[in-house]
Amino acid sequence: MKTIRLAVPDWRRHLPGQHVDVRLTAEDGYQAQRSYSIASPPEEDNIALTVERLEDGEVSSYLTGELRKGDRIELRGPLGGYFTWTVEQGGPLALVAGGSGIVPLMAMLRHRAAQASRIPTRLLCSWRTADDVIYRDELARLAARGDGLVVTHTLTRSEPTGWRGYTRRIDREMLVEVLAGPDARPLAYICGPTPMVESTATLLVSLGHAPERILTERFGPTGGGS
Amino acid sequence: MITRGFKNIRPRGDPSRVPPGQYLTQDFPVLSAGPTPRTSLDAWSFALRDVDGNKLASWSWKEFLALPSSTVTVDIHCVTKWSKLDTPWKGVTIDALLEAAGLDAPAPYVMAFCDGGYTTNLPLEDLLDGRGMVAYEYDGAPIEPEHGGPARLFVPHLYFWKSAKWVRGLAFMEENEPGFWETRGYHLRGDPWKEERYSGD
Amino acid sequence: MMGEDVSRLDGNAAAGVLQEIFAVEMTTASCKCEGCGRVSPLGALNLYGGAMGTVLRCPRCETLMLCITSGPKGHYIELRGIVRV
Repeated sequence: MKTIRLAVPDWRRHLPGQHVDVRLTAEDGYQAQRSYSIASPPEEDNIALTVERLEDGEVSSYLTGELRKGDRIELRGPLGGYFTWTVEQGGPLALVAGGSGIVPLMAMLRHRAAQASRIPTRLLCSWRTADDVIYRDELARLAARGDGLVVTHTLTRSEPTGWRGYTRRIDREMLVEVLAGPDARPLAYICGPTPMVESTATLLVSLGHAPERILTERFGPTGGGS
Repeated sequence: MITRGFKNIRPRGDPSRVPPGQYLTQDFPVLSAGPTPRTSLDAWSFALRDVDGNKLASWSWKEFLALPSSTVTVDIHCVTKWSKLDTPWKGVTIDALLEAAGLDAPAPYVMAFCDGGYTTNLPLEDLLDGRGMVAYEYDGAPIEPEHGGPARLFVPHLYFWKSAKWVRGLAFMEENEPGFWETRGYHLRGDPWKEERYSGD
Repeated sequence: MMGEDVSRLDGNAAAGVLQEIFAVEMTTASCKCEGCGRVSPLGALNLYGGAMGTVLRCPRCETLMLCITSGPKGHYIELRGIVRV
């Protein structure tokens, strides 16, 4: 995973959760296009994209490997008003991320911190191994502010010695233990690989959360780019 | 705007085999107009219907597999610009189907209909003389659901959207009525060598 | 349910195409399925079609709700059900 920062002339301030479409054009006219969630909050002047380098990813390989300072790339955005959150919308918040699904939620958390908000927020992140965790230190710092944010990680494939967190896929029990219950009427944002997003949304509905307060963004099978 | 340093790794390939505007791929991209149906083989059947919708012939999965089969290794071309060379398929040719049903050419056109509601139209002529089959094996194994299994129409000389996935039959038509993508802007015939991608091409 | 499609995306991924065609933000549009009556935000609809086109279907019953294809001569736009923008 690599974070790249882009200065976009005449950038229209985005909402946390929105994304951009990046389009690359080769000399022979061949084009490739992918969507990337904006990782930075609207309070920052430049935008940050956190890109996961996929094995056969022609766009992600370029962005994480070839792109150099001073280069120009084509992008379109900000896009997507549905999967967005600003402090004006209130909470409490129930955020669930699978892998790179953390990126749009990170923009929301950074915005929340920039606004010095104390809206109660529970973040649950699912990763395969400890090596896959991103933003680990920043999340720990944000949680340590004592402003109502609690961060919980679960590792689904293997865990390092001494790990005291969850070690399994997100399930009903975990959601009950980690997130605010339906009586608190949290706004839930779920983002990541399609199967994880769909099963988590279904579980939340079965727990009694109102479907219209559950927002989802599916990233496809691998959970990265699109 | 050319992106500095971005290289197209997909070759255009040999122009005698790769139609204009296409790029070669080693993988096998999956693209659908809807969710993947999961029809059990017990429930599966293939039917030929006349212009009024009446069943002319039908086969259960067992009966279908008992029909004479053919194997071909051919190139395939998707309208989204990827081409894949030397792909091996096994299935029942439309010629064999018509023969088994005792039919000649009931009408000049067909609409392939599929689980999930997908349809595509073709001149019957494009399916005869070995040019079309109902395929049930790819590369020596049953076709996976995401690639159209248990059976898909296979018409490699046309753009691959004509090789309808999850096919359940052919309905004969007097007119060349447009199917799913043809109704929504794609070419009625789809010959990759003439780059017939969109209607009006 | 038609079975798990692990690569399925949703209306969020169509935001770029929709932005080009409609002047207004569309992923927040409220869409009522003409098949089952379910009301969903467009961003939550099931997305299919890949590079061939944008096909959005009801997340409950998979009825087609929106289809956009784009060729050299223009766009084909199909909107079904009731949409409130």
